[in-house]
Amino acid sequence: MISLINKHKYLISRRFTQIGILVLYFGANAYGWNILIGNLSSSLLFGLIPMSDPYAALQMYAAGALIATDLLIGVGIVVLLYMFVGGRVFCSWVCPVNMITDLSNYLRRRFGFNLIQKKQPASRNIRYWVIVMSLVISFSLGVTAFEFISPISMIHRGVVFGLGFGWAAMLIIFLFDLFVLKNGWCGHICPLGGFYSLIGKFSFIRVHHNVDNCTECMKCKEVCSEVQVLHMITKESIPVISGECTNCARCIEVCDDDALNFSIKKLIKNKEESQNEIN
Amino acid sequence: MSNNIPEEENKEKEIKSTDRRLFLLNMARTVGLTALGGLVWSAYVDEVTASTLILRPPGALKEKDFLKTCIKCGMCVEACPFDTLFLAKPGDNKPLGTPFFEPRKVPCYMCTDIPCVPVCPTGALDEKSVTSEGKLDIEISEMGLAVIDKESCIAFWGIQCDACYRACPVLGDAISVEYRKNERTGKHAYMEPVVHSDYCTGCGLCEHACVTQKPAIFVLPREVAMGKAGAHYIKGWDKNDEARVKDAYGGTTTTELSKRSALDSLNDSGSLFDD
Repeated sequence: MISLINKHKYLISRRFTQIGILVLYFGANAYGWNILIGNLSSSLLFGLIPMSDPYAALQMYAAGALIATDLLIGVGIVVLLYMFVGGRVFCSWVCPVNMITDLSNYLRRRFGFNLIQKKQPASRNIRYWVIVMSLVISFSLGVTAFEFISPISMIHRGVVFGLGFGWAAMLIIFLFDLFVLKNGWCGHICPLGGFYSLIGKFSFIRVHHNVDNCTECMKCKEVCSEVQVLHMITKESIPVISGECTNCARCIEVCDDDALNFSIKKLIKNKEESQNEIN
Repeated sequence: MSNNIPEEENKEKEIKSTDRRLFLLNMARTVGLTALGGLVWSAYVDEVTASTLILRPPGALKEKDFLKTCIKCGMCVEACPFDTLFLAKPGDNKPLGTPFFEPRKVPCYMCTDIPCVPVCPTGALDEKSVTSEGKLDIEISEMGLAVIDKESCIAFWGIQCDACYRACPVLGDAISVEYRKNERTGKHAYMEPVVHSDYCTGCGLCEHACVTQKPAIFVLPREVAMGKAGAHYIKGWDKNDEARVKDAYGGTTTTELSKRSALDSLNDSGSLFDD
């Protein structure tokens, strides 16, 4: 039992933060708790610290809206936070859609869909094209283009303020990821994930691979939702540098050989430098 | 042996040409998909933001600016003590995620401290527009304008009802009751409610209070409910009205004036007959 918990400690804590954040937002609306009010687009922590979605703010800017100071401060705080912990920590530790797509992935593995359909028929760069497209549409129509179709805010808002037909968005993403494309929404299309990938390029906390311990079991690659970031497995002892890594830490916990671990970017550099000096 | 070499060369050529074709095909696919996605996306967004019959919280910017500035966080919804405001859900047929209220269900009770406005992080609800003399003033907010359907308002039938007048928080100013003689009975009066746009905030308490099955007084966005006289007309007897047309610009007329005299048009019957 303890080993089972140990093997899933990051998964459990991720679900805990994801659901916890949802509960806090829900409580703010339903019971007037003053811990985390608003929603993922913009919120107020402890009634004091503003936090705002930088991608939404960028679309507002493209649409030609005046950007308020409060919003700018909120955006700054969020960008700095994710620059430190890893951009796509939002995706794997906060975003409610992650629970849906993780379920699709789990079922995919369970039913062996991945063995039948090994190569995915779409590029993971679509998300960056969607970002460009959203900004062009925002600019030309003068509205925040992605915010009006975003299934993320639809679902999150649905939980906090009332769902409406939002369940349809959940179902579509679930089925799309299950049958059409592995990691289809989060790993290919979602522009918010793409945006946080770009922010995450500069982040400090990274997964680090130690090739000396690796037994080439490939469990990490099986569970990884952004498998291209693990290109160094069995080859080199380097950190995962791609911003597309979500720091979900599934690879770390499925590894039986202690070949993957979290580390801080700068320390790694220093270590390498000192090793080079010794050599 | 000698036959094999050109065959290999051919193969290489083939591979090169398929590479090029693949590249071109991929390019075309990307362009096609982007165009398709972009078109569907912008068409949808354009359609969904076109809804004009929506009432916004107090202090909201003009609808066009509101749509680009509102971040859909729902802070105004949470700040409202009367649960008046909602965020548009999928299925509400309103711009998704933006705050609105439906006065027949829950009107705006016009809190004097306007809790929904200062919490807005983006300024989509503009504090300045509901501030007069350094203080928040809900009575200058312009959420909408109440409109009366005379045909279904029972006060216009001659039945005594002043539900909307009594419900109005700007009582006497936004809605007044005008008396008119009831010629049918000869001894009663019609007591007709009249809305004054200078004072009406569009809170919708009148619509909420209206006794008819479907409200005979209802709030519409001001853009929808109001006409505009334009710069061609001015109240010559009102000194203040000049301010309205101060910056009026006539524009250039491009229609050519008719060169025929007015008299001709009376006598010229040439076009009536065949040659």
